[in-house]
Amino acid sequence: MANIQEKIAAFLPEAVYEEGQYPTFAVPAEKLPALARYLHDDGELQFDNLAALVGMDWGETLGVVYYLNSVKYNHWVILKAATADRKDPILYSVSDIWANANFEEREVYDFYGIRFIGHPDMRRIFLREDWNGYPLRKDYDTSRENNPIPETNEECADTTISLAMSPDGKVEKKVVDIFEKNDYIVNIGPQHPATHGVLRFRTSLEGEIIKKVDVHCGYIHRGIEKLWEGMTYPQTLHMTDRLDYLSAHQNRHALCMCIEDALQLEVPQRAQYIRTMMDELMRISSHLLFFSTLCMDLGALTAFFYGFRERELVLDIFEETCGARMSMNYNTIGGVMADIHPDFQRKVKEFIKIMPARLKEYNEVFTGNVIARNRMIGVGHLSLEDAIRYNATGPTGRASGWACDVRKRTPYAAYDKVQFDEVLSHEGDSYARYNVRLEEIVQSLHILEQLVDNIPEGDYAVKTKPIIKVPEGRYFKQVEASRGAFGIYLESRGDKTPYRLKVVSPGFALVGVVDHLVRGAKIADLITIGGSLDYVVPDIDR
Amino acid sequence: MFDFSIVTRWIDTFLREYMPEWGALLVEFVLIGVALLLLYALIALALIYGERKICAFFQCRLGPNRVGPYGLFQSVADMIKILIKELISIKHSDRFLFNLAPYLVILASMLTFGCMPFGRGLQVLDFNIGVFFIMAVSSIGVLGILLAGWSSNNKFTLIGAMRSGAQMVSYELSIGLSMLAVVVFAGTMQTSQLVELQSRGWFIFTGHIPMIIAFVIYLIAGTAETNRGPFDLPEAESELTAGYHTEYSGIHFGFYYLAEYLNMFIVAGIASLLFLGGWMPLHIGGWDAFNQVMDYIPSVVWFFGKTAVVMFIIMWFKWTFPRLRIDQLLNLEWKYLVPIGFVNLLLVVLITIFGIHF
Repeated sequence: MANIQEKIAAFLPEAVYEEGQYPTFAVPAEKLPALARYLHDDGELQFDNLAALVGMDWGETLGVVYYLNSVKYNHWVILKAATADRKDPILYSVSDIWANANFEEREVYDFYGIRFIGHPDMRRIFLREDWNGYPLRKDYDTSRENNPIPETNEECADTTISLAMSPDGKVEKKVVDIFEKNDYIVNIGPQHPATHGVLRFRTSLEGEIIKKVDVHCGYIHRGIEKLWEGMTYPQTLHMTDRLDYLSAHQNRHALCMCIEDALQLEVPQRAQYIRTMMDELMRISSHLLFFSTLCMDLGALTAFFYGFRERELVLDIFEETCGARMSMNYNTIGGVMADIHPDFQRKVKEFIKIMPARLKEYNEVFTGNVIARNRMIGVGHLSLEDAIRYNATGPTGRASGWACDVRKRTPYAAYDKVQFDEVLSHEGDSYARYNVRLEEIVQSLHILEQLVDNIPEGDYAVKTKPIIKVPEGRYFKQVEASRGAFGIYLESRGDKTPYRLKVVSPGFALVGVVDHLVRGAKIADLITIGGSLDYVVPDIDR
Repeated sequence: MFDFSIVTRWIDTFLREYMPEWGALLVEFVLIGVALLLLYALIALALIYGERKICAFFQCRLGPNRVGPYGLFQSVADMIKILIKELISIKHSDRFLFNLAPYLVILASMLTFGCMPFGRGLQVLDFNIGVFFIMAVSSIGVLGILLAGWSSNNKFTLIGAMRSGAQMVSYELSIGLSMLAVVVFAGTMQTSQLVELQSRGWFIFTGHIPMIIAFVIYLIAGTAETNRGPFDLPEAESELTAGYHTEYSGIHFGFYYLAEYLNMFIVAGIASLLFLGGWMPLHIGGWDAFNQVMDYIPSVVWFFGKTAVVMFIIMWFKWTFPRLRIDQLLNLEWKYLVPIGFVNLLLVVLITIFGIHF
């Protein structure tokens, strides 16, 4: 730790050190790119992964918080950059160093109006181009008159803006074409069977070959982060199940854990075990759905039903204990909402017994099929460096050989008490991503097997007050959700509502990789790649 | 075995007694047309029901089971629904071609349908270049698909149509080669004679290895020709929503739907005509008693039975295999099926010349 601090102090004396969860440095805006480059390139630091990029409105200033992580050393550092100019805030882009910053900075621009010098594509990402104001700013006018319900269709711009710094210190605006003049552009989505939700790809084609994909998000953006700022902490929990509904338990687990950490609340062991089991069941159900939908995307309609047949069993288990099959609302601050159903253990054991035979059936009907293999092997190859650069976590990252499992890197809940393998593959193609997920089902079953008979007796939750005040500070917690590292960033000013609560969702990073992966591939490969990345749209549009 | 030509001849003489020749012909044309259309529609309905049931059983489901016993009237209800649906006209589409395209597709499959030997003496079109005629008229269908994709003024339909054009033109070659193998082996193109020649044994048995190869190639290419899975790229729903017929509604869509199923029937029917003896019962040389028993089964049952078996195989393909990609599809055709087809043709010529067959 001291090493990082010394090195940064030596490189950039102006950087102001702050205490926090990780070493934090407030950096002057214009020095940030150089420091970022240094942190990324230095052999002893190697901050090659940008785990989170959070836009902030601190009242006086607007700014960005960067969470940097080193894959090799697993150490963290937090950088802060701010600008006092609220009229035309400008910061420097780090998208040339960490590729996932491209989309994240567009989000910051969308919600805070901060423009980034050096960013190749400064368009809004979620909201309409004609949206008035920047909604996550604290002084945003939420009245209906400010943004009346639009009666016209959104114009789809073919150009974008990029800012550059001229040698004499002036900011220059450049207009950049998104596509080339005579490109044949096909619109895939937002209503399309294979985008897995309302996501839109503007795809430029050369015959059947894709030249470029322009991703449009935001069709189901609900402004959850804005809503959170007006909610008390127990209320905020209800939104998490509506993010990535296929990792509802893990999402809520992350938020609960973040708040519990801030409150320094000890969660009973029984709750920890139950949470772990629920997370793994959720992961299995999510991966089963992945299998089903990928098969359907590739045209194997029968295999689709096989996956759903088994997912039904998991949902039955959820229904008994949580009272719902979707949006379970099960985790709560200090534990879980209710104790497990008396049948829970029996049903889980039955499920563990059934699954291996069913997985074999999947392999017979789909994995071994020569067409399926030809469709997936070598398609959408993501190298290890790119996976880290794009922050493509979860099974996608692990298929490229990145040991990014949060359960292993920073064990939480009961994960330090169980034995399981982190499934890694080095091929990085769609087939590897597919196989990693199927293998993770086996590992999740293994975890369940170890826990199901050992759930300790005791309380399933500690009592908490209905009004919770989180002590002032900045908190960041990650869990391993079904499709990657799901982070919760919480900045509190000691109130009963969060000052800023942000979701760092794995899906947003995954959809950022699409353009990189599909260039030069066929239209059919876009579907394979999209299916194998397994993003879920409510997770992208929060 | 009952010969249907007795019935048809009887009707013919009956009509000629009361009418001049042109009148009798006119009445016969109308009768045949109505009969064909009815059969066409009925087979399509039965096939749609059958496919839905079969695919449901593959997928651990029940399939249609609400309308009538076992959901038997489901496809009838669907047909009525499709008939009363609005025909939506598309802005900026080529109105004439847009409306013409479904008729071309249905026309092609109707014409081919007419060549089917449904039973002994139960055949509409039968002349000395029957196989050639089937090949020729069945390829009109691709025109309808291309026009549909082009005239809809939609990028998805255009891509679907282009895929379909590439696919159907390519696979026509393999179909042609495997048909040619049969023609060389049999020495005739007339469908009735082809069936007659198989009374000693179906070609797939008498022609042994090269005929089995030709049959397999035909089955693969035939599945591709009908745009069915795993070759359903032109209408790949996960890529192109519905491909070339995305913009069609009501009965125009119904035509494509009917034609797709009927084409499957036709492909299976031709497979049974060329390789499995058409309506000819299973005869084994020397087993007279067995052959006698087989002959008691009506020829129509034989034809539809064999066709049903082939159709089941085609459905089986669709419901188990994932879809191919366009380059893989063309690779399969041009790099594997066509060369194999040519070599196989040579083999057939050799076994025919030297008489190395049963």
